[in-house]
Amino acid sequence: MRAYTERIREAAKRLLTEKRVDVVIGFRKGTIPLVNEPFLVKDPKDADQLYWDGNCGVNLANYLAKRTDRVAVVAKGCDTRNIVVHLLEFQIKREQLYILGAPCHGMLDRRKIAGELKGKEPTFAEESDGTVKISGREFEVTLDRKEFLQENCSICIHRNPVLYDELVGDLVEEQQNVDRYVDIREIEALLPADRWQYFSKLVEPCIRCYACRNACPACYCPTCFVDESRPQWVGKSLDKTDTLTFHFLRAYHLGGRCTDCGSCERACPVGIKVRKFTKKLEKDIRELYGYETGLSVDERPPLDTYRPGDPEAFIK
Amino acid sequence: MAERYISKEKFTRILDRLMSRYRVYGPVFGGMYHDFEVLKEAGDADLSFRNTRLSPKGLLHPHSERMFEYSLAKDDPEAGIVKEAAKEYPATLILGIRPCDARAFQLVELNYVTEAFQDPWWRNRRKAAVLVGLACNEPCESCFCTTAGTGPFDETGLDILLVDVGTGYVARAVSKEGGTLLGSMEGDAVPSDLTEESARLQRKAEGQLGKQFNVDDLKSKTVSELFNAPFWDEVQFSCINCGTCTFLCPTCWCFDIQDEVYKERGDRIRIWDSCMFPLFTHHGSGHNPRAQKLQRVRQRFMHKLKYYPEKYKDGIACVGCGRCVKHCPVNIDIRHVARLMSTSCTCPA
Repeated sequence: MRAYTERIREAAKRLLTEKRVDVVIGFRKGTIPLVNEPFLVKDPKDADQLYWDGNCGVNLANYLAKRTDRVAVVAKGCDTRNIVVHLLEFQIKREQLYILGAPCHGMLDRRKIAGELKGKEPTFAEESDGTVKISGREFEVTLDRKEFLQENCSICIHRNPVLYDELVGDLVEEQQNVDRYVDIREIEALLPADRWQYFSKLVEPCIRCYACRNACPACYCPTCFVDESRPQWVGKSLDKTDTLTFHFLRAYHLGGRCTDCGSCERACPVGIKVRKFTKKLEKDIRELYGYETGLSVDERPPLDTYRPGDPEAFIK
Repeated sequence: MAERYISKEKFTRILDRLMSRYRVYGPVFGGMYHDFEVLKEAGDADLSFRNTRLSPKGLLHPHSERMFEYSLAKDDPEAGIVKEAAKEYPATLILGIRPCDARAFQLVELNYVTEAFQDPWWRNRRKAAVLVGLACNEPCESCFCTTAGTGPFDETGLDILLVDVGTGYVARAVSKEGGTLLGSMEGDAVPSDLTEESARLQRKAEGQLGKQFNVDDLKSKTVSELFNAPFWDEVQFSCINCGTCTFLCPTCWCFDIQDEVYKERGDRIRIWDSCMFPLFTHHGSGHNPRAQKLQRVRQRFMHKLKYYPEKYKDGIACVGCGRCVKHCPVNIDIRHVARLMSTSCTCPA
């Protein structure tokens, strides 16, 4: 994936110099191993700071909503699907965008790697040929890359950009025969009381920092329902009902809009598997409407349109 | 002050006994990370931890605190009278608190326990607590305590400092209370080779940390020079305005106060708030003086690194624990920002 870096830099310089775009949004190398920083380039001379590797998990579509300038954006499969969602929801215009498609090999899960290191601190990480070499003071380990992907990446079936103006690498082979909902079926099989218990336990560590919401490209409301103060709908303490209300409602707002990019889970500082909520809704939307989010700009999402054949089993 | 050597075997027995006298909090591994929890058994504490994910500030200043309560019942003669919620302040021992986090308590106290104002809940919990800290033999890569004015073996905020010397701990009483507590523990005189070992560990840990930025350079810049600096635009871009940095921070002390009413009963609660949230500065008029992300991001760094030192004539309002560095979802690194502020150059990290 190192090769992507050169092509991203070259494209950024070209697009800025030719004044094809006003800014380029990509990543620069992080100040600590296994995290990169979203980075905005205005001047071609800064383009050489752009960088790409398996630590670019942040969804850059999150930086696009309501922009008014012309933007080139480096976009993985999920980023492009969220761009499609933005286009469908009129958050940005296609003609403003120049999409530098980055076929994705799956992004690394820094927390999973930290777990494997059992308290040892990485000072350096480097990827090559399906492995990640991690070293720190007095240790070095080589990990099998595919064992340490973000969970959503390991079950991803749209690694290639669905919409792009140019590619920064060769298209990758999509994963086949992936069962995306093993965990969700297990939750569905629980008795209602146990399911309630499961979700209550799931959000127990929540500190209401809203990192999940703010990392989500689809959470762009000017004022989120939890931030409404006139009237205030949801309490702000760690009261169980309020905390669960936040998570449930946020998930419902994402029904048919979530691409399972994993940004929420990746951002959570206390390790909550936030995707358990959104994946259930993703599964429902797929089963009820045969719809996969963010694949086409030509089809309205099922929850903002009506078709005579829509399922109505829930009307009783 | 007194010093003792306590073997690890003895320490477990001592801890067992202490648990009958104190509510003991210690670092407990919950499957993914460590956090301070009330110990049920001495063995629950894992002192081989690096640091806890959340800072121990929550032990004295919980995320949600019921301060007052009131009745709104029509026939209640005391309806509408706000009364302080009853609380208990049991004798507490915080085991394994890192020197940086203990130092952070002192910084918070500059605001919470002053001559003019005393925050009763913080003050009472702090008074009831004895801090038995653990020196950091192996600081994290994201740590910068020595730069921030504290250190991996800094005793300043502690009652007792423990140094893990392998087979046991060299325990040093720092405060009078720590002296009394240490006096009640069985232990041995510290063999001279372990005194030397403790000093060697300290030199090694401090040597690993290095200087990340220069606090004096920050002080020499004017507020307006920094406030209007061009680099904020670059710093703020990636920020998603979540509360990870402020909520994990041991020195972020800001809160919101809310009334929650259910039927005829009301509670007035205090809740952690964050300068990263637009609502933090949203006025009743509808105006928001920090409506833009850039203003909020700048506020956090300016408060910690410039306003605080200026107002309190002190070092920075940061102890260098590195939690924000490690857990920011988009890699905004306070060390990098501090370098930008102290040199006002835009060199990459």
